[in-house]
Amino acid sequence: MDFYLTALLQGLCFAGIAFGIYISMKIFNIPDITTDGSYTLGGVVSGIMLTHNQPGYIILPAVLLAGAIAGALTGIIHTKLKINALLAGILVMTALYSVNLTILGRSNLPLLSMPTLFTSVSIINNVNQNSLIILVVFVAVFTLLIGYLLKTDFGIAMRATGNSEPMIRALGVNTDRMKIIGLAIANALTALSGYLITQLQGFADISMGIGIVIVGLGSVIIAETIINWLQITSVWLSLVLVLAGAVIFQFVLAFTLDIGVDANLLKLVTAVFVLLIVGLPRLTSGKA
Amino acid sequence: MIELNNISKTFNTGKTNQVNALTNINLEINQGEFVVIIGSNGSGKTTLLNVVAGTIIPNTGTISIAGNDVTKLADYNRSKWVARIFQNPLLGTAAELSIVDNFRLAALRTQNKGLRIGKTEKFRNEVRDRIATLGMGLENKIEQPIGTLSGGQRQALTLLMSVMDECKILLLDEPTAALDPRSAEHVMRTADDLVKQYKLTAILVTHNLKDVANYGSRIIQMGEGEIIKDISGVEKSNLKQTDMFEWFG
Repeated sequence: MDFYLTALLQGLCFAGIAFGIYISMKIFNIPDITTDGSYTLGGVVSGIMLTHNQPGYIILPAVLLAGAIAGALTGIIHTKLKINALLAGILVMTALYSVNLTILGRSNLPLLSMPTLFTSVSIINNVNQNSLIILVVFVAVFTLLIGYLLKTDFGIAMRATGNSEPMIRALGVNTDRMKIIGLAIANALTALSGYLITQLQGFADISMGIGIVIVGLGSVIIAETIINWLQITSVWLSLVLVLAGAVIFQFVLAFTLDIGVDANLLKLVTAVFVLLIVGLPRLTSGKA
Repeated sequence: MIELNNISKTFNTGKTNQVNALTNINLEINQGEFVVIIGSNGSGKTTLLNVVAGTIIPNTGTISIAGNDVTKLADYNRSKWVARIFQNPLLGTAAELSIVDNFRLAALRTQNKGLRIGKTEKFRNEVRDRIATLGMGLENKIEQPIGTLSGGQRQALTLLMSVMDECKILLLDEPTAALDPRSAEHVMRTADDLVKQYKLTAILVTHNLKDVANYGSRIIQMGEGEIIKDISGVEKSNLKQTDMFEWFG
């Protein structure tokens, strides 16, 4: 049981990446893989600030800002230098590895005895359940903020930017600026996941972000499959499904380990699982 | 309202495929004029429209709109004055957004799109009322993604969207080229009504000589990047479709 509780906690932590990928991939239609770097950046910044005894109300904005700068850089390279978004993301991600290593000063930073977000409030004695409550509140607040943003006039302009660029330019929106802001938001959310996971697991690691983009992609694809299947147009419902996607994804991985699949094969299972979600709807509709 | 001075635009300068799309164009369009631009393919008429819209910046010359020098302004900075209708109905609207979302953005064409929720019930009702004037029965579908509508419906809605916010100049780039004859006629008539009702200055680029005969107060024929004919007033209203056919001979 505790095993699945951990999966739920991780899924909630990964909601940030899922929202980030949802914004870059679904809303802006940009394949952004700065993710691996900005996720680690978020973890590294929170780790180093925690060990330097910085207060939580400074760490969170610092993490969001760091992620936003990383995303904005990818955005600037993509829009101003007209470089393919995928390549722009790879460039920033690669550069971030060195940045992260410099910030961290070593490859692994344990935080086990540190006071973290999850020890800040104690409602129940069980550590995991206490973390769950804090995490649920935290993620709910962020989901509400993103949902509100997408409902505003600015948010509608964001959604239109990825949908019909000539139209939204003709309606007075600087699409380059919009994409830079969008990627900044996406990567700030990704960094937020790094911030949460680092505190949940009790360490920051230089390689924590390797291949993490698949977690976001998988979550968004699970959500998208359901969105298309039920023909959902509501912004709120879509966000909740993305959040659910992140949790489902972790449950599947937990289940795989639970039934005794070798942990070394986990990445393979992940890839096959994402392939199945993407492929199944197409295979079945092809037969009909 | 619109003044073009010595506008030239060359694509692929110095290469074998160099194209002189516009050569020394001087053109003044007055407030309230409805200018129809015709010309063969490659005559420069769409380039001219894009120069006014700001999607193409000319190599030489200056453009002013309503007394403001806009030569260096990007397209999104000209939206204060200019509304555009694209040839491809899919470009003028954001397919995955609902009708009311599209209208919300159009209602803010000249303004900031800020962090407030402007899609209120009052706004929805206003959109419903406006759409009802089209007589297409779309007023009850405003929460539907606009991509589910036909090209003709989308083009008619795009026209309505252009007058959701203050509009001085309407640019129509072959708005009916992708439509069936019936939808095309409906769209052209809607455009003409809006131009008259809101006293817009309009530029229409078209290949359809019937539209040229029926609409507009001034005709400009372009050829090889230059203005060949410029006809307005009584002479324009007396023009027959057959006369214009001769021009392309």
